[in-house]
Amino acid sequence: MALLEVRDLTVVFQRKGEEPFRAVDGVSFDVEPGQTVGLVGESGCGKSVTSLAIMGLLPKRGAKITGTVTYDGTDLLKLSDREMRDRRGRDLGMVFQDPLSSLNPVIPIGLQVTEVLERHRGLARKEAMIEAKNLLDKVGIPDPNRRLKEYPHQLSGGMRQRALIAIALACRPKLLIADEPTTALDVTIQAQILSVMKELVQDLGTALVMITHDLGVVAGLCDEVNVLYGGKVVEKANRHPLFAEPRHPYTHGLLASIPRLDAAPGEKLTPIRGSVADNIPWANACAFAPRCPNALDVCREVTPAVEDQLGRLLRCHNPVVPGTPAAEEVPV
Amino acid sequence: MSETLVSVQDMKVHFPIKRGVLLDRTVGYVYAVDGVDLEIKRGETYGLVGESGCGKSTLGRAMLRLNEPTAGKMVFDGQDFSALKGEELRKMRRRIQMVFQDPLSSLDPRQSVESILVEGLRAHDLDKGKESTNKRLRDLLTAVGLPTTALRKYPHEFSGGQRQRIGIARALALEPDLIVADEPVSALDVSVQAQVVNLMEELQQQFGLTYLVIAHDLAVVKHISDRVGVMYLGGLVEEASAQDLYAEPLHPYTRALLSAIPVPDPVVEDRRERILLAGDLPSPANPPSGCRFHTRCPWRQATKCDTERPVLRELKPGHKVACHYAEQIRSGEIQPHEVKPILIEEGDGMSPDVPLVGPASVTEALNP
Repeated sequence: MALLEVRDLTVVFQRKGEEPFRAVDGVSFDVEPGQTVGLVGESGCGKSVTSLAIMGLLPKRGAKITGTVTYDGTDLLKLSDREMRDRRGRDLGMVFQDPLSSLNPVIPIGLQVTEVLERHRGLARKEAMIEAKNLLDKVGIPDPNRRLKEYPHQLSGGMRQRALIAIALACRPKLLIADEPTTALDVTIQAQILSVMKELVQDLGTALVMITHDLGVVAGLCDEVNVLYGGKVVEKANRHPLFAEPRHPYTHGLLASIPRLDAAPGEKLTPIRGSVADNIPWANACAFAPRCPNALDVCREVTPAVEDQLGRLLRCHNPVVPGTPAAEEVPV
Repeated sequence: MSETLVSVQDMKVHFPIKRGVLLDRTVGYVYAVDGVDLEIKRGETYGLVGESGCGKSTLGRAMLRLNEPTAGKMVFDGQDFSALKGEELRKMRRRIQMVFQDPLSSLDPRQSVESILVEGLRAHDLDKGKESTNKRLRDLLTAVGLPTTALRKYPHEFSGGQRQRIGIARALALEPDLIVADEPVSALDVSVQAQVVNLMEELQQQFGLTYLVIAHDLAVVKHISDRVGVMYLGGLVEEASAQDLYAEPLHPYTRALLSAIPVPDPVVEDRRERILLAGDLPSPANPPSGCRFHTRCPWRQATKCDTERPVLRELKPGHKVACHYAEQIRSGEIQPHEVKPILIEEGDGMSPDVPLVGPASVTEALNP
């Protein structure tokens, strides 16, 4: 049985006097123990809301969550606040995008790490401090004894992110959710953080859900990749087939629009035309159809269902055939 | 007409660090740009890359004199741009335009697109009459791929990519020779990024523009540029054609940078060897002695690296590098070794053991 089973997760935001907004629309995926699963998509595709819904961090008012999130046999969505608090940090760890705003600015790093250890593992302050030092050491923070006494603003961006990873992994959770953990960092620091995460996840056998917009990060890290568009998973496959032969026109388009370092000189980029619409018209159509070079008439009339075709899960009426480039249209 | 359009000579920008409420003592300097020479040829795209804090944006702004440089000059089309004053400077600015990173905050939310575009035309007496101006605006919008109905709209009514197109149209309106684009696509989603990159390339061909593209994303810079300069902590460490730089990076920092960029291809990713740099970027207020990179360099040698600052020298035709041991590293004579990360002081970048000179407060000044 999978460690985490997300089934038909739907998040609808409702505000008085406004149309309800479906940020996540029936997302399903599994995470096996020790597996790394990627959720990829552009801004507004619902990848962060998915992670917040799993962690129970969405506001009670205004957000309607349906579906099931089964972790180790229990449905997390049915747990009370108190039960959920016991799980967060112990069974489920989370690393956020912006380390400065996720750390408390007026509490030293040391206390923020030991807080988790005291709360969930019942360690005394002294023991917890020793453990915290080991944790900081493990994530590669130089001179951890001194860093424990310092405040977040005294650390650089990369160090803060390391501290956050140390906090998330303090109780050796079986599942770690990382929401754009390296987006705010420079590439050389990103490489450091990714290698730390890769190592720790392997050592501790933690399952990782990696949420990112960067297909390059996914290519190096994830076993299985879910590509999201407009709140739905449009393509799900193992990373090798996905990158070698993207079948969904959106995945295909994304890969064609990224300039690659190893590209031949003079190679043109093929952008996807238009941009993400604000409201997501999945009802009676494919939301990607207005931007899709492969769109048929049926795409504008029938919502495509998820089908197991071509060795992967695909939500498309007219998938890309490998070898033939998608019909190219120059956007205006 | 000479081939070189822009020549920057020993440009320096040092920002003073001030402390104190009334007395405003200068307690140090941030060496944001510290001695950069570069040349941009007519019609080419020069890419400037580096991580945050390396001074690439400050260099771009100093060239346009949006920040006054501390030292050095920029020669634009044979004229010393840094010596110009008043009306002459204003007239010259028409020929150098800028595209900013964040298209929403660089467009006035209360100005319609028409008024944004016309403003520059009026300032430089290019508004010769209603009809010709109208035609010009329409041409501009067509050139950047926006419908002419956009003229009446306001910036908030557009998506991120379209806003960046407006920013580009504004720069184009004055028929400039040089466009300085500071992170033109980094605020955009990848699918939209490609649209803007392609647009910039098309416009360059159409209007014979020269670009200086400043970005942190080496993949984007490599794609769009003819020549690329890599900056580290206020100085240029390597300069080469985009292909050469990728094929054979000579500076250790460039090597590490190239190896750190994720490639969206699992086959490549699994095979790649990463050069992980230890630690963080040192503070530009307190830069390391000698070669700025020696504190993190896996190829660091016992002599010269920490005492002598290497100059940019030509190792191959068209390929310059600022490293004492570039030849030996290239031939494999020097092998990389492990580097222990050193602590980087955050905050004001002042080392705690430097005594402050002068009174610390008004009371102290009055009662010595």
